[in-house]
Amino acid sequence: MAEEKEREEVIVAEYHKKIKDAFEVFDHETNNTVDVREIGTIIRSLGCCPTEGELHDFIAEVEEEEPTGYIRYEKFLPVMTKALLERKYRPIAEDVLLRAFEVLDPAKRGILTKEELVKYMTEEGEPFSQEEMEEMLSAAIDPESNAINYRDYITMMVIDEN
Amino acid sequence: MGSSSSSQHHFAFQNAEKAFKAAALIQRWYRRYMARLEMRRRCTWNIFQSIEYAGQQDQVKLHDFFSYLVDHFTPTSHHERDFLNRMFTEERFAQDVETEKGGDYESIEVPDSYTGPHLSFPLLPDHATALVEAFRLRQQLHARYVLSLLYETRKHLVQLPNINRISTCYSEEITVCGDLHGQLDDLIFIFYKNGLPSPERAYVFNGDFVDRGKDSVEVLMVLFAFMLVYPKEFHLNRGNHEDHLVNLRYGFTKEVMQKYKIHGKKILRTLQDVFCWLPLATLVDEKVLVLHGGVSDRTDLELLAKVDRHKIVSTLRCKMRKESENREEQKRKINQTSSGQRPTPWFLPQSRSLPSSPCHLGSGLKAHKACRSCSIPCGSLDHKEQQSRQMRRSVDLELERCRQQAGFPGIEEKAADCDADAGESLEPTPEEWKQVVDILWSDPMAQEGCKANTIRGGGCYFGPDVTEKLLEKYKLQFLIRSHECKPEGYEFCHNRKVLTIFSASNYYEVGSNRGAYVKLGPALIPHIVQYQANKTTHRLTMRQRISRVEESALRALRQNLFAHSSDLLVEFKKHDASESGVVTLSDWAVAVESVLHLGLPWRMLRPQLVNSSGDNVLEYKSWLESLAKEQLSRENIQSSLLEKLYRNRSNLETIFRIIDSDHSGFISLDEFRQTWKLFSSHMNIDITDDNICDLARSIDFNKDGHIDINEFLEAFRLVEQSCSEGHASACLQSTDTPKNGQSSPGAC
Repeated sequence: MAEEKEREEVIVAEYHKKIKDAFEVFDHETNNTVDVREIGTIIRSLGCCPTEGELHDFIAEVEEEEPTGYIRYEKFLPVMTKALLERKYRPIAEDVLLRAFEVLDPAKRGILTKEELVKYMTEEGEPFSQEEMEEMLSAAIDPESNAINYRDYITMMVIDEN
Repeated sequence: MGSSSSSQHHFAFQNAEKAFKAAALIQRWYRRYMARLEMRRRCTWNIFQSIEYAGQQDQVKLHDFFSYLVDHFTPTSHHERDFLNRMFTEERFAQDVETEKGGDYESIEVPDSYTGPHLSFPLLPDHATALVEAFRLRQQLHARYVLSLLYETRKHLVQLPNINRISTCYSEEITVCGDLHGQLDDLIFIFYKNGLPSPERAYVFNGDFVDRGKDSVEVLMVLFAFMLVYPKEFHLNRGNHEDHLVNLRYGFTKEVMQKYKIHGKKILRTLQDVFCWLPLATLVDEKVLVLHGGVSDRTDLELLAKVDRHKIVSTLRCKMRKESENREEQKRKINQTSSGQRPTPWFLPQSRSLPSSPCHLGSGLKAHKACRSCSIPCGSLDHKEQQSRQMRRSVDLELERCRQQAGFPGIEEKAADCDADAGESLEPTPEEWKQVVDILWSDPMAQEGCKANTIRGGGCYFGPDVTEKLLEKYKLQFLIRSHECKPEGYEFCHNRKVLTIFSASNYYEVGSNRGAYVKLGPALIPHIVQYQANKTTHRLTMRQRISRVEESALRALRQNLFAHSSDLLVEFKKHDASESGVVTLSDWAVAVESVLHLGLPWRMLRPQLVNSSGDNVLEYKSWLESLAKEQLSRENIQSSLLEKLYRNRSNLETIFRIIDSDHSGFISLDEFRQTWKLFSSHMNIDITDDNICDLARSIDFNKDGHIDINEFLEAFRLVEQSCSEGHASACLQSTDTPKNGQSSPGAC
């Protein structure tokens, strides 16, 4: 039991260091606060993959009672540590992602047209902003076919990540 | 039927739900991908900024070096003293008289073979436009025209007040541009996109026209030309880079000497003067204050309006201006005597405008306290040293007083006597100097209050409350400033009361940031226009752009790591008590930060800098070796020596340029040895004379016993290269550097 506790402490210590580093990247004034709009980026860079809804809930938990637009490190650290320990917001495996694309492509063409992609991404789920949509299109769409070969796309993105 | 239709509905509903969920999943995944890109982008930005500011801190270290020499070094020979004198006094610009007369460019002949633009005065709008076009075609303006343009510019600037007041009544729109830093392409782009200056189209350029970029000369020529053509509509503010001491380090001096081998010296001399005549700020409609850096809680616009801005030659050093040959002569005589009098060091801040009251021991300390925001590192010397230094200076002053009373001319008093005729003191008071430094060097911060800007070594950080108070005090609406590079080219802060505008796109690297300018109409509502003056960036996706900039940043970072190899090794060993040859990756991050002090998120950067073996440990020796291999081409030279040179390269280069007082690009082997001896003793680097000689021999210096500075630095890849695409970081080079000293574009 004691050994397990010790191991957990080591893990928690490691998490704390990671969280601190990620937080500091956005802590411009070095005063242990970050703009609330950067919280999503910080959480995701730590390996989590929350939905927008989950993100909003997270922010609500770490915000001040009177929202200042800034999140303090002291409030962020415990909530984030807990999220990491509990493995909340698991990242999405490659094959799960592939199946998601296949759901949107019932005819099994292996592609989605630009119009289809735009429709799904901007009308379904947690819709993209115009900026997000444009950015995705710029990398995903093959200009000749005006479509996305989602298998290739996923492979490319995954390689790029690593 | 009913059941099949309901099962159809059910099926349809299920499909819709599936599609919804699938879309949500893809979006969720995509947002995470983008967030990680953003994190990389942000880390890259931090790398560039921290290295840039660390470089500025180097200036402070340089000052330490000179202070150290003054305090600890006793010249043992006449020879050594002369050598030191050259470093300390501004002998090189002894012929100031010519600058004032302004007639000496007429003797410069323009050969018939010259195909560049010709200028005649008074300048007409067509001339200015033709100048832009000529520069776009990569022509170079002849030195004669450069000088004549500078003289005319000076004549114009002298008439301007410190704070220029302009109005949107006359020209309906005013365009304010930020830092250009020698990037001519951006300037041309602005004129192309926004229109050339005209009586209907006023411009304000907010400082930092030169340094870093490769076309600082051309940028200046264009700006000055338009200012002469449209004096009422075209306005310039001084930036912290409009300063000959800063230029020594950041590339402008070098650029001038490279482009104008014969007349460069004269041009630099004239520029030093022109820079101090630039106005300090511009006020639009009495409501919008435009200045380069920022403000402090002590900023006093009335004082700033009254100060003799010409007295502030450099914001790096508070020194006395030499305005007459006569005084120069006296100084030289005094310096040459072998009495205990020291040459007046140009680099120390001295409160030499003594009040008429006889008690002076306190004045030194008071001035010291007033220097909170000066770039002189009051805080970097330790307290005892500070105090002893203050005491020494105060004692010197007291001695001067006594000497004078006894009838002997002292150094400062002599100068003051001469000034009594002129009826004014020659140098700014500490208060005046601090006021100017503050507006040229300060940065806004989110926290309230005002504190010294230790990162830059000059000016302060000012909070929203400081802004608010200032705006209220002078009934202003908002502030426009520049001085800081922003990814989008602009940034609002302090509740939209402060606007930072930065016009040098791709400042750190191609794709690193956009440039921007702001337009103001009579309603004074800021309208921002952004751009990026490099076509390649448009074709890249964000991912590719970020990767490219990131590569550049990481390269710069690896250089930095290499430059600290010895210290890193020591630090790693501390974490490796068992001498296993490995450290954990966590310890790696701690060690690296404790040596480099860059404040970077090392844990996040680690994957890019270290190929870990997968079990969370690192063989540090082989990692350091791989870094060295990347940076060095010559294995025969001791790598520790190289590393030390490398780390101090900017300072070394600056010192060399100071010693090379005639800007010839050459210093004697002997001077080089002496410099190195002094420098290495200060930095506690133990390098013997033999090592230096070996070094010299292996680089094949000996051309009449002189060293070409550029060749020396290039041989060790110590010079920051600007490749044709304008890369800011040093590129990897081939070992054969061309003999003419020109930098070759490396394999970037």
